[in-house]
Amino acid sequence: MLDAALAVLVLVGAFFTLVGSWGLAKMPDFFMRLHGPTKASTLGVGAVLVASALYFSFNTDGVSLHEVLVTLFLFMTAPVSAHMMAKAALHLKLKQVERTRSAVVESGVANSYDGTSFRRKE
Amino acid sequence: MLSMVLPLAFGMVSLALLLSLYRLLVGPSVPDRILALDTLYLNTIALLILFGLMQGSPLYFEAALLIAVMGFVGTIALSKYLLRGDIME
Amino acid sequence: MWNKVLPHPLLSVFLLLVWLLLNNTVAMGHVVLGAVLALLIPLLTLGFWPERVVVRHPWVLLKFLLVVLWDIVVANLHVAALILGSARTLQPAFMVMELDIRSPLGASILANTISLTPGTVSCELSTDRRQLLIHALHVDDVDASLREMKQRYERPLMEVLQVC
Repeated sequence: MLDAALAVLVLVGAFFTLVGSWGLAKMPDFFMRLHGPTKASTLGVGAVLVASALYFSFNTDGVSLHEVLVTLFLFMTAPVSAHMMAKAALHLKLKQVERTRSAVVESGVANSYDGTSFRRKE
Repeated sequence: MLSMVLPLAFGMVSLALLLSLYRLLVGPSVPDRILALDTLYLNTIALLILFGLMQGSPLYFEAALLIAVMGFVGTIALSKYLLRGDIME
Repeated sequence: MWNKVLPHPLLSVFLLLVWLLLNNTVAMGHVVLGAVLALLIPLLTLGFWPERVVVRHPWVLLKFLLVVLWDIVVANLHVAALILGSARTLQPAFMVMELDIRSPLGASILANTISLTPGTVSCELSTDRRQLLIHALHVDDVDASLREMKQRYERPLMEVLQVC
């Protein structure tokens, strides 16, 4: 029973990790690439870590919970690093796919960022 | 059952590593490469944990924790450098 | 008096938990050492924590955490399907969310939640902390998805967090 649960967790984890990297390799622009690793890969690695926590809790004496720490850490840091990379990409004005709809804020378009608000740089 | 699934999981994560490596080499922009590096860290953590499961040894966990911490700091430092041209202000 | 000794009770509890998890034990020695660290670190880093956070409704917080956890799983299946499908049919968009939440901690938790859930990544916060720029991988109706995120995540966060 435990063995089957572990196998499922490991497989699901590996699958999501693969999907994250697949998205990274396949998507046409940076902002779309950002989605794969921040969500899919994080959940995938989380699932593998939970499998490891279960395995060592049941196969050695005593509970092994320190994997939870890495999972927590990853879930807290992944959005932060995604945010920083997106900031850098906006700052460098990377190209987006043409069909990306832009957000209209106050007097301008959000896709170019001027550092104070999301107004278009004149 | 776990021992049957593990090689398959290794294969999938290795493929993920290769795909990230492709993005790291191709680019085309610097944030793309930083993102690829960040994904490589994540995949490496998964690979290490899987290796620990295969060996039945909890030792590899410490390495995974270190990679997680260092990877995060590295990503932030590189993004910050692109944003400001400087890491510490 | 307690404010001086224990300026951030939540942070202290969190530090103690992290210490015990790091050492993977609940031995008495480590509990004591962890408690000492949990008392000292908040005092030493007092300057970095300008706002005092008080959690008002623990049950709302718990419900929020469960909702987010569930959403992470659902959103991941959704994003996985999008990634494996054709990239040409995706409709990416930038959206701007008007923030009602004023607490800096609340805003950052909200931004992180948005990054982890439904196909969206928070990209930028305006300097006055009133607008959040979000990139979505695939969205049909921008306004509807903004309304849903506000309802689902911002409302409970505003209920829970109180800054004094």
